[in-house]
Amino acid sequence: MPLYHSEDQAMLADTVTGFMADEGSIPKQLRRWRDAECKDGFGHELWGKFAEMGLTGMLVSEADGGLGMGHVEAGIVLGEIGRNLTPSPFLTTSVMGVTALAGASDDVRGRYLPGVIEGRTVLAIAIDEGAKHRPERIACKAERAGNGFRLSGKKDFVVHGASADMLIVAARTSGADDDDAGVTLFAVPKDAAGISHNSVRLVDSAMASHVTFDNVELDGDAVIGEVDGGRALLNKVLSAGRVGAAAEQCGVASGAFDRTTDYLKTRKQFGKLIGEFQGLQHRAAHLYAELEIAQAAAIKAQQLLDGGSERADLMVSVAKAKAGEVCNLAVREGVQMHGGVGMTDEYDIGLYMKRDRALSEFMGDRFYHTDRVAKLSGY
Amino acid sequence: MSEPANDLGPFRAEVRSWLEANCPSEMREPIRDEAEVCWGGRNYVPHSPAQKAWLDACVAKGYTVPDWPKAYGGAGMSAPQAKIWREELSRINARSPLNSFGIWMLGPALLKFGTEEQKVHYLNEVAQGKIRWCQGYSEPGSGSDLVSLQTFGEDMGDHWQVNGQKIWTSYADKADWIFCLVRTDKASKYQGISFLLFDMASPGVTTKPIKLISGASPFCETFFDNVKVPKNQIVGELNRGWDVAKYLLGHEREMISGAGGTDRSSTIGATLSKNGLDEPVLRAELAKFDVDALAYAAMSEKFMDEVKVGKGHPAKSNMMKYSGTELNKRRLELVMAGGGSEALEWDSIETQGGARPRNWLRTKANSIEGGTSEVMLNVIAKRILDLPGA
Repeated sequence: MPLYHSEDQAMLADTVTGFMADEGSIPKQLRRWRDAECKDGFGHELWGKFAEMGLTGMLVSEADGGLGMGHVEAGIVLGEIGRNLTPSPFLTTSVMGVTALAGASDDVRGRYLPGVIEGRTVLAIAIDEGAKHRPERIACKAERAGNGFRLSGKKDFVVHGASADMLIVAARTSGADDDDAGVTLFAVPKDAAGISHNSVRLVDSAMASHVTFDNVELDGDAVIGEVDGGRALLNKVLSAGRVGAAAEQCGVASGAFDRTTDYLKTRKQFGKLIGEFQGLQHRAAHLYAELEIAQAAAIKAQQLLDGGSERADLMVSVAKAKAGEVCNLAVREGVQMHGGVGMTDEYDIGLYMKRDRALSEFMGDRFYHTDRVAKLSGY
Repeated sequence: MSEPANDLGPFRAEVRSWLEANCPSEMREPIRDEAEVCWGGRNYVPHSPAQKAWLDACVAKGYTVPDWPKAYGGAGMSAPQAKIWREELSRINARSPLNSFGIWMLGPALLKFGTEEQKVHYLNEVAQGKIRWCQGYSEPGSGSDLVSLQTFGEDMGDHWQVNGQKIWTSYADKADWIFCLVRTDKASKYQGISFLLFDMASPGVTTKPIKLISGASPFCETFFDNVKVPKNQIVGELNRGWDVAKYLLGHEREMISGAGGTDRSSTIGATLSKNGLDEPVLRAELAKFDVDALAYAAMSEKFMDEVKVGKGHPAKSNMMKYSGTELNKRRLELVMAGGGSEALEWDSIETQGGARPRNWLRTKANSIEGGTSEVMLNVIAKRILDLPGA
């Protein structure tokens, strides 16, 4: 398969580009909800429009009423979300949540997927424990109780946690905290007794929760996939989130880069456009090259993941590491080349820096994924 | 997604079984040194019977240039077929049957700018490995500022009389013919250069190898003293050779960038750590390199896919050249660091005659030859980013 978008994908990209630049723009969404101190950090009305556009259920199978598309298509949407810094639950709900639910029973899928497709339902992912992403270690416990389970423990960095109708929780049902086996995924409804959210606003104005589960009683049918055998499904959810975050970071980097090159072409100092200075030209050209490479890595990872390749895991980490590195470079160069105004809230470039920081941590930073590339390569 | 896979299923099977039958096992071993590379040419002496058999088998099928038309010695493969061909070669680690500046650089220029007669004649010779070409571009006073070149061709009616000097001419001492930039009008800088082809055995051509820091001498100084070049040996229009030169440079940059290359089966970290790797900071550097190399491999694949269907910015080969060569320099720095004191040995048998330090030094030319990294960045700034005054 060639590493560029097919005709259908290019058409989708055209549509999504226009939609996001208009409905998902920085003044209409990010600044609006930030300035209103919105408790969700995103607009439900826009989420409904995502549904009208057919985006919310793009990864849902056709049998379940979705479009049965893949990560390449989701990557197109996430790229535009990144470029416009659009706050939405798309990545947690329609990419990671839907990937988890693909492994759920008919009953659980029937309970949540229609709402997701219609843009009514929001899902959140509760995997991380602690400030850094270390999903190899799961300590949050679900013990058998009656016909179901009793969940206790703490999860961090649960993005949109307090706004979600259901949390997908990775919990330990047997073994030691570091064991590969003994992990189970649960669909935990928001109104289950014993859940408490400490919802906090992040640097990029998104809301994320520290979630505490205090003896939360769950029915047996809250289990997604196999009891104790949830690691494989968890890995799918992680891959979906990682490749998605990489695509979004490519979009963030691209948006920051476009703003920066525009600025180089309009700002004058010493009687010249600053873009005439070779010192800045070479840095901009280097950044362009790096951005192209990050985008290629992302689409390669998306294709391998969609094709079920055994190399997908490696390439997903390459994409997350590379996109993380390049997006970070893009926002740092962006602020620096904007000079003083780059430090002001009036200009958008600083907003790109904030979103990059949050996306970097989401599902593992570039250090985590670089180390993972080494491990997967056998050293 | 499934459509091309169905169409090309039988094609892949056909390629695979042909390779199984025709690619000798020795030709599936990694190349250990330059002497094992097949460059063809008038004075070609096969390094081994297997090398000759592999070349002959590919020539007979047009597989040295799979995507050229059959009339010019190719196999007429479509872009997706040529990609499958490369993937299948890579899958069995097959060596390239024929390395050739004729294939990589002159060929694309002739396909675009040559007359039908030139294409039939020169391209078939290239495809069959009969003629080995070299490139006459740089001059002692014209490096990055190539367009200032001085080698002059005086119009003598039925021929040009060429005088001047080229430098950094790769394998000029081994080449049969040269494609050469020659000034044919002193009044115009850009529109006063012509793209000429001539025989290196012509009276008045002399070459002198240049010894490099690696100890090898792949480059020459090349001197022209009243060399006679017939008028039908010009490619493109008179005084419009700069257009041909720029187009060809795109392909040269692509070649130096390593785009479409095959040897990416294992990561450098995995290779170097076989000897034990107990230095965490070095391990981290290797891992970081492997991320960049794997990402660049995806870029390279994407670039080739786009080139084949005419997508992507025409100046993108400059970006590939910049990133690919900087990466390759980093790779050899790590190979040296990973090898420790053993990688310092210059001529021991155990180190294949100091292959590592010689390769390491050789890579330093990657970001100089074919346009320096700094020139690449200038071109990106001007032609792709459209920055002012660039």
